[in-house]
Amino acid sequence: MELADLVGYAFIQRALLAGTLIAALCAVLGVFLVLRRLSLIGDGLAHVTFGGVAAALILRVEPSAVTVAAIPVVLLSSFGILKLTEKARIYGDAAIGVVSSLGIATGVLLASAAGGFNVDLFSFLFGSILAISSNEVVIAVILFVVVVSAVGLFYNDLFAVTFDEELARSSGIQARRINVVLVLLTALTVVLAMKVVGILLISALLIVPAVAALQVARGFRATIIWAVVFSVFSVVAGIFGSFVMNLPTGATIVLLNIVMFVLAYVFRKTVLARRINRGRGDARVAPL
Amino acid sequence: MPMTPAMSVVDLRCRYGSSEALRDISFEVHVGDYLGIVGPNGSGKSTLIRAVLGLVPVEQGSIELFGTNLPAFRTWRRIGYLPQRLKYADPHFPGTVDEIVRLGLLAGKKFPKMSSRADDEAVARTMEFMGISGIRRQPVGELSGGQQQRVLLARALVGGPDLLILDEPATALDPETRGNFYSLLSDLNRKQHTTIILVTHDTWSIGQYATRFLYLDKKVVFDGTFGAFCQSGEMTEFFGEYAQHQICHRHHGEKRGADGTR
Repeated sequence: MELADLVGYAFIQRALLAGTLIAALCAVLGVFLVLRRLSLIGDGLAHVTFGGVAAALILRVEPSAVTVAAIPVVLLSSFGILKLTEKARIYGDAAIGVVSSLGIATGVLLASAAGGFNVDLFSFLFGSILAISSNEVVIAVILFVVVVSAVGLFYNDLFAVTFDEELARSSGIQARRINVVLVLLTALTVVLAMKVVGILLISALLIVPAVAALQVARGFRATIIWAVVFSVFSVVAGIFGSFVMNLPTGATIVLLNIVMFVLAYVFRKTVLARRINRGRGDARVAPL
Repeated sequence: MPMTPAMSVVDLRCRYGSSEALRDISFEVHVGDYLGIVGPNGSGKSTLIRAVLGLVPVEQGSIELFGTNLPAFRTWRRIGYLPQRLKYADPHFPGTVDEIVRLGLLAGKKFPKMSSRADDEAVARTMEFMGISGIRRQPVGELSGGQQQRVLLARALVGGPDLLILDEPATALDPETRGNFYSLLSDLNRKQHTTIILVTHDTWSIGQYATRFLYLDKKVVFDGTFGAFCQSGEMTEFFGEYAQHQICHRHHGEKRGADGTR
């Protein structure tokens, strides 16, 4: 089957549209999260999503509405992580661990009470982007607009807080408010991303494009652009590749992201390293 | 009418857990002052700076910046801050020199904080002034400690602050650059009337430039001009006669009279 034929299928079109938007969102937010050492927040929130999804399924919420139903649970949990970090005086990674464990344990209990893991729950665990509905595409478009607008409006503050929170606060930036914005946007994106790669692999979509971009980009804005390029390429190639080779789509997307990272790493260690060394020799600072 | 002080601190007390970091701290910094804050390790110098910037909680006392109580102070563009080191920054941070210097303009902006052509010019001018134009496209993670410090000073200066607060700014600089760095601060103070507060261990060098000294050891031990410092018996006890003589002797060879005037 030709690629052009594939694009003719409505389910492939939906997958490409939603996948591209979600991949771009994950890449943008991932750069902020990785540099703030909050990489695993996606993993934690994904586990909470598992609890939310299990609860929604036990309450017999329509599978197509489960994404929307999980949003409030994940938003609340993201606040929980922030509050634990601020009030309970524990580090961010430990706070993520606490909320994550709560989510997955609740999810397992609920799934067990509902008579075990069923097909719907598995589709959320491992992703089912080829089965994405028109409604879910609409939700993806709306959330894409919301998240991109918010990142655009708060870009400079997000950048300042990512560089150094204390320095940002000394400029009158409300770092706490910016942290809330970042975590809320991540929570929304995580709920969306579970359809693409599944709950178990969401953090890969947030982390891997960002770390790949950090290998090759010179500049913060450039890092975001590279991360989006890597992420979108992996999702598009993953959707086509998995369909043609009959592979699980979510896992294929994640593995392609890892390939991007390895290529970027090799590029940095070879071509870029030589260029940086040459640049160091050329660009000197003038005496004060 | 008397001019509003750039900073006024009254009865300040700060605590880290159960240990007292600062007590009974009162002083004023007047517009045009060049205040050197000195003291031994653990004397609370950095805590004082972080307290006046609202970065650590204050247990007691009040802080005013340009006549406004700290909790109500909003015109942060009037203050430039250069920390001793970045507390949280990633050593491999990808942001370029240009991007980091630009951050210094955020304090003066309203939501949404967009860049303008005037910002581009201010950034270019400041980078030129600091001699870092040649590395403007380099990520800060690739720079040496001294170069990073220059970038951070450029970030602090780019908004044209009225008050510049520097916490041990010269530790990463080589001796020659350090001398030039202090001269640059002195020029800012004299020519552009920028008020400067400089926390340092480098008492000998700062003796050449600061118009006032605050010697801190959890409380204010000495607050006065350089001339008074040289004649203070209390300071002789703290520094030892030899060290005090060295500082004051060196100072006399430079620009200022023994009364601390220029």
